[in-house]
Amino acid sequence: MSVMWIGLLLILAQVPTTVVATTDSIFLIPPTNLRAKDTPNDRGESIILEWDLPEDLSNIRGYQIFREAEDESLYLAGYAPVNRTEYLDQLGIRNNIEYRYRIRSVSPEGVISFFSELSLPVIASPQWFRKDLMNVILITVIYLALLIYFVQAARTGKEIFLRRIPGLDALDEAVGRATEMGKPILYVPGIWPMSEISTIAAMNILKPVAKKVAQYESRIIVPNIYAIVMNVAQQCVKEGFTEAGKPDRYNEDDVFYLAYNQFAFAAGVNGIMERERPATNLFFGAFFAESLLLAETGNAIGAIQIAGTDRVPQLPFFVAACDYCIMGEELYAASAYLSGDPRLISSIKAQDWGKMGLLISLLLGSVLSIFGLTFIISWFTVR
Amino acid sequence: MFIRRTLPILIAFCIGFAMLIQYFIPHPYSERFYDIVVQQWFITIYAFMFIFAYRSFFSHHIRKVKRRKTGYIFSIIAIASALLMAVGGFATRRGDFFDSLYNYLYAPLQATMFSLLAFFIASAAFRAFRARNVQATLLLVTAVIVMIGRVPLGDYLWRGMPDLIEWIMTVPSMAAMRGIRIGVGLGAVATAMKIILGVERTYMGGT
Repeated sequence: MSVMWIGLLLILAQVPTTVVATTDSIFLIPPTNLRAKDTPNDRGESIILEWDLPEDLSNIRGYQIFREAEDESLYLAGYAPVNRTEYLDQLGIRNNIEYRYRIRSVSPEGVISFFSELSLPVIASPQWFRKDLMNVILITVIYLALLIYFVQAARTGKEIFLRRIPGLDALDEAVGRATEMGKPILYVPGIWPMSEISTIAAMNILKPVAKKVAQYESRIIVPNIYAIVMNVAQQCVKEGFTEAGKPDRYNEDDVFYLAYNQFAFAAGVNGIMERERPATNLFFGAFFAESLLLAETGNAIGAIQIAGTDRVPQLPFFVAACDYCIMGEELYAASAYLSGDPRLISSIKAQDWGKMGLLISLLLGSVLSIFGLTFIISWFTVR
Repeated sequence: MFIRRTLPILIAFCIGFAMLIQYFIPHPYSERFYDIVVQQWFITIYAFMFIFAYRSFFSHHIRKVKRRKTGYIFSIIAIASALLMAVGGFATRRGDFFDSLYNYLYAPLQATMFSLLAFFIASAAFRAFRARNVQATLLLVTAVIVMIGRVPLGDYLWRGMPDLIEWIMTVPSMAAMRGIRIGVGLGAVATAMKIILGVERTYMGGT
């Protein structure tokens, strides 16, 4: 009898008291074939578990996942619902430590099964390269090669056709109108910081616009929501005036910081419109809810308005309230268009080829998927 | 010339290329690099840039007040508001006084500006929906269908209306939006690459 007690105590000592199965647990079967593997393409500190479901799921609510390490005894690490066959364990996992797992079923009443077999040991480790992004790398490299090719080709003096962009063609007219009326031009470079590509595009447009303004001996007002953008804008306007041979006409006070808050900025710009009555309003960059507040106020004061943004939801507002609208990618092409630099214009050719490639892939993917061939769609999927 | 032109291009190339590679490396070292370059440097630069921001803000408005330019009263209000919020924040260490300013002045003013949008949308829609030509008429008809279908009246008039609206939004409208977005994506990548390679340097003031 005492031998039996000692044996029972030894068995209980192997597992924590919380995982002792009740007498009812014999009716539940745990998942089988538990596999643990290091999560691929990650920073480490996570392990993927996979298992085969028991045949009878009728009394199972889910699965309790237990983990043990070299320096940790078996304890409850997670829970997965009944139909799941995998679990991502990333709670407290350390790199380069050996972990093992067990799993057991739980019924809705709280009855638990016995444990599955211990999984093979697994070590979480960080990776140096995301193999799942090979498609992105390949497309980036092809696109980069196209870009370099066309920029190099521009040096040979090859003529590149660029379709007219009415919004940008109208800049001369807009600046000229402001000069004739003796009123300033208002340029708003969006409400995103300098790190955003649309703000950089807005700055790329600002310099040629400032040059035109200087040539016409007019005045440009540039309110900013970020101090960094303000500094870059000041530099662009200054360079534009200098290139036009009118550095003395540059007024640093006309390129200023207005407000940090989106609606405070919108209120401030609207106030400038009401007081200064600019003849021309130019909105280039990233705009959000304030887009219509600005464009409608500009419309109300009778200014000629040209807007350009890559924010698709704001395009309808600008189309409705502005005289000209530069849509999406045209914003990025504007710098090349205005400067006339063959190297910049040639890069637009690379964009066109990129679009052509994507269009062909879209068509091929759509047609092939009708016949059940989804490899093109899978290849373009980014996980 | 080196400091003003070549060095910024070199910095843009090195950081831009490093950030490009960083995207494909999931290792914690790569994350640490991102954390230092993007987050900590950004915070540091932004903190310093506030000095420039306030310098510009105060000098701009003070000059307007001195010269008694049109609407200089608003400049006085702007200066007073900025000082009040700053003093409120520093003096009460973001206590009740600052919270009151934020909750009962700042937030309602923002909400007011945002709510003005409803009136602006109405006036813009009125102008946009005038049936001047075929395209404007098409826009008007589609907009009216979508507006009616989005409210219970649409379902009441015709059971199939919500499904029609869903189709308009998810097929023709989405197709147009995706077309623009693909162009935007390619344009953004091309611009980024031009900056990294130093082909595009207009944003630095040079050509």
